Amino acid sequence: MTVVLSILVALGIFFVVGLASRAGLRSLAPAHHKPTYRDMPLTASFGLAVIVFYIAVAILAPVVAPYGEGEVTGAQFLPWGAPNYLGTDKLGRDMLTRLIYGARNTVGIAFVTTALAFMVGSFLGIWAALVGGWLDQWLSRFVDALMAIPALIFSLLLLTIFGTSVLTLVLVIAAVDSTRVYRLARSVAQGIVMMDYIEAARLRGEGAWRLIRREILPNAMAPLVAEFGLRFCFVFLAISALSFLGLGIKPPTADWGSMVRENATLITFGDVTPLLPAGAIALLTVAVNFVVDWQLHRASGLKE
Amino acid sequence: MEKKTLLTIKDLQLEGRSGNAWHPIIKGVDLTLHKGEVLGLIGESGAGKSTLGLAAMGFARDGCRISGGTIDFDGIDLRTAPESLRRGLRGKRIAYVAQSAAASFNPAHRLINQYCESPVVHGVMAREKAEADAVELYGRMRLPNPDEIGFRYPHQVSGGQLQRAMTAMAMACRPDLIIFDEPTTALDVTTQIEVLAAIRDIVRQFGTAAIYITHDLAVVAQMADRIKVLLRGDEVEDADTRSMLTAPREEYTKSLWAVRSFARAEQPTATGTPVVSVRSVTAGYGALDVLKDVSFDIHARRTVAVVGESGSGKSTTARVITGLLPQRNGQVLFNGNPLPPSFKARSRNELRQCQMIYQMADTALNPKLRLRELIGRPAEMYLGLKGKALEARIRDLLALIELEPDRYIDRLPSELSGGQKQRIGIARALAAEPQLIICDEVTSALDQIVQEGILKLLDRLQGELNLAYMFITHDLATVKSIADEVVVMQQGVVVERGPKAAIFADPKEDYTNLLLSSVPEMDPDWLNRLLVKRSAKAQEP
Amino acid sequence: MTEIWRMISQRLLLGVLTLFIISVVIFGATELLPGDLARELLGQSATPETLAALREQLGLNESAPVRYWNWLTGVMQGDFGMSMATKMPISELVGTRLGNTLFLAFYAAALAVPFSLLLGVLAALWRNSIFDRASNALALTAISFPEFFVAYILILWLSQSGLFPSMVRITDTTSMGERLYMAFLPALTLTLVVTAHMMRMTRAAIINLLASPYIEMARLKGMSPMRVVLRHAVPNALSPIINVVALNLAYLITGVVVVEVVFVYPGLGQLMIDAVSNRDIAVVQAIALIFAAAYVLLNLLADVLSTITNPRLMHRK
Repeated sequence: MTVVLSILVALGIFFVVGLASRAGLRSLAPAHHKPTYRDMPLTASFGLAVIVFYIAVAILAPVVAPYGEGEVTGAQFLPWGAPNYLGTDKLGRDMLTRLIYGARNTVGIAFVTTALAFMVGSFLGIWAALVGGWLDQWLSRFVDALMAIPALIFSLLLLTIFGTSVLTLVLVIAAVDSTRVYRLARSVAQGIVMMDYIEAARLRGEGAWRLIRREILPNAMAPLVAEFGLRFCFVFLAISALSFLGLGIKPPTADWGSMVRENATLITFGDVTPLLPAGAIALLTVAVNFVVDWQLHRASGLKE
Repeated sequence: MEKKTLLTIKDLQLEGRSGNAWHPIIKGVDLTLHKGEVLGLIGESGAGKSTLGLAAMGFARDGCRISGGTIDFDGIDLRTAPESLRRGLRGKRIAYVAQSAAASFNPAHRLINQYCESPVVHGVMAREKAEADAVELYGRMRLPNPDEIGFRYPHQVSGGQLQRAMTAMAMACRPDLIIFDEPTTALDVTTQIEVLAAIRDIVRQFGTAAIYITHDLAVVAQMADRIKVLLRGDEVEDADTRSMLTAPREEYTKSLWAVRSFARAEQPTATGTPVVSVRSVTAGYGALDVLKDVSFDIHARRTVAVVGESGSGKSTTARVITGLLPQRNGQVLFNGNPLPPSFKARSRNELRQCQMIYQMADTALNPKLRLRELIGRPAEMYLGLKGKALEARIRDLLALIELEPDRYIDRLPSELSGGQKQRIGIARALAAEPQLIICDEVTSALDQIVQEGILKLLDRLQGELNLAYMFITHDLATVKSIADEVVVMQQGVVVERGPKAAIFADPKEDYTNLLLSSVPEMDPDWLNRLLVKRSAKAQEP
Repeated sequence: MTEIWRMISQRLLLGVLTLFIISVVIFGATELLPGDLARELLGQSATPETLAALREQLGLNESAPVRYWNWLTGVMQGDFGMSMATKMPISELVGTRLGNTLFLAFYAAALAVPFSLLLGVLAALWRNSIFDRASNALALTAISFPEFFVAYILILWLSQSGLFPSMVRITDTTSMGERLYMAFLPALTLTLVVTAHMMRMTRAAIINLLASPYIEMARLKGMSPMRVVLRHAVPNALSPIINVVALNLAYLITGVVVVEVVFVYPGLGQLMIDAVSNRDIAVVQAIALIFAAAYVLLNLLADVLSTITNPRLMHRK
């Protein structure tokens, strides 16, 4: 009964937020962008609203959070109720406050990691596709071999060797993920490099830098942006999983993955509190996926 | 002779979906077809020919819907009939032959299994009888080894043979009507003749009615009893073949007919140092030689057409001249001086002198750059133009290719028509102020009327700017209208070369003769005459 | 046919080569360590004597290629060395747990593969219908959920009411039926996560196929929708579907780690997490090698199978 009820409530919120966000986008968008938002599915407008909300919370965390990030505010595992609206954790810190700071830490670290993986992976991928020859062969075979080790397993191996700190976490995940970005960027760029306009630019005598900047990148942007969204989801889930396993972001930094781990015992008593940070992770990933799916669908629709 | 009507389409309307909106593709077309009659449907791309052909089977592709009118096939209304009834007709009484047989045969099954599917599923004949029948029809379609060819998979059979096997498959249930959807468009001219002859014979033998869809007027003249011209989903004209060819009524039809009338004025014989001289060039990929000992010259103000079928090495020749594929042997001279084989070793000035225009303007222009940069970049790079001078040059170039500068200078390629895009390709080549322009099938992807505009423009520019053209094409009609000299290639070798008039009037080599004689002409009796002539020649000792 | 055997043996050779490179990467990764492994493990306060003893024990006095060779020949004979933390032979630690993990993976695969293929094919057939849109949105949602979120929801829902256990205790004497019952929640968690991926990929593969001209040709020959799908689409869909399944089974390997931790399931994943926390490098290397080998073998199998089912490759010119 409660399951059915909570699904209905979730659907209700989804529709209200989705419709409101779509209406808002339509009225705010400049005239020439209006058609983009007219046929927008509810999933996408819901996703955009959620992403904006997360960004706002992350930026405004110190302003909106009732307590300090590591501040002990009461007894351990307090139930929901004022002034600790979502109760307290096993050290007596305010759950709501830690959730809000988690937006900053977890999302921020995942974003930096993805950006790093992207810069390295897409630069090498496009370069390999453009230059071709033995450089491309060696780089690609090397990446293939690295990709034959499952990402999480490889990350665990590297974390064992280098130890677990936020810096190694970011570097390790970025390194492992950049192989995936490399693969995509290379195949996208290979499709573009085969085009006659690249041949024309080469025959004109253009240098590699201009070829990448003016001829390849503008045409590779759409798939790369979509891939950025998908990669962010993967990285975000990977970091959360590692934190959940106790190998990622360490306390006292507020982080959603480790919050689930720290408070997991409550689940066995039927308390849903530990699900809140997990739900916060899920909600953001869903939102990003919805928006990416819409963009990919739009890109393929425009091609026809 | 009184003929019975087989198919009557009245006021057919068909719509396609883009996003959430429906837009019309066919806007109220009527069509009548008698038993045993062949109707040619012609029109340019986007005219709705294929869509109309499929509608005659009561079929609309995904994302399309028939929104009005009636389709009456031998007393059955295909629009209102239940799907099961329509399915019973398809393959049995109405069959379809697709443009690309290579893509339309299922790669997972042997040809004969695909042949037998219709007769067995529709209950026309048993499997053994169908197999025997297949062998007989393969023979009638003049396929080699008819006993054996059916047991091959599609990828093991050549394109021309697949197209004939597909026609045989369409005949399997001896249908009343066959829709041929551009069946020879993807084939080389010499292969096309065989397929055309085989299709025409088998349709006549069985008295099958047919709708023959094509954009090629000369082809339809050979195949059809009657021709219907379509333009953007509307009918323009409908008449029997001979009167349509001799006395077209509508302006649009006349303009279609007139396209091939453009012919370049005769030029005096060229003298002096050629702009480009290809000397005994051998080149290839890996161990394979694609070009063997190729030689020819191109002089200023001259157009040399390099003709040949797919795989003849004509595009590879262009890659050697531009330096994309360095030759193994021989030399490419530019104004008498040897060019470094690879473009990477050439100076900026050497690169500037030789420009290229591509077949597909869509892939030849960076879709994310505006015309200003597309055209301006070579001028900026080679001639060092900047600011106002560059802007003025871009405007001059736009005016030169007959596009109004103010309207077009800030557009993206996606905001242009196919012909306009090709003009931008020309302007980009001109911006470098070259001596030689290589035109690689530049008109093949364009509709015939647009082709003529491009050819005239190229002709005018050649006179004004003293250009040499190398014109790569498989279309001999284009050669006739624009070339001064012709180089005929086959399998990497120059078979014959010489002035256009000499080559066309008196080809010395058998292959040149075969190639030239295979180009369909508008005369409806052309195919008959050619076949008679060839069989007579074959009888000779 | 000789052609096909040559292709398959080429693939096998490539697989062996990949495994070799992976073993080098996994072993070589420890060499990336900035300092000395022994000092890293013992910390700054270690006495020179204990350091020397540990170096001796780890064989650090040998050169890297020699140590790699010793390690590799040991692995070939099933000897992965000693665990630093538990002082037990690694092969003993891994033995039964490998079986448990494989059991869980096969269990989840047996649920997920038929279910997701069916859903994917149906969504492709009824594309743009309500069913398609709803299943697509649901699949996207499921993909976005961290495994532990799904696991805890299932625990909250199915374990609180006492239907299934939330912790898995398996011993050698546990019967098959009991194993299936106890491992149901972890298997269901993995199934839910993998199904979403597999369903979406199957749908995309089928839609891609249904757009091909030979499918239109079959419809224009008057074939029924059922026959079009079974006789014309499926034979060509085998190769893409095999690849989709392999890709997702490989994904199961990764998913297993988190799920095992949540349900305290005695498998390799949990062992690996413990080893990572203890920085028991030899154990982590051994398990990473096992997971990577499973991953490579799966892809190899898929490669060979899709070669065999491709008529273009089976019947050369």
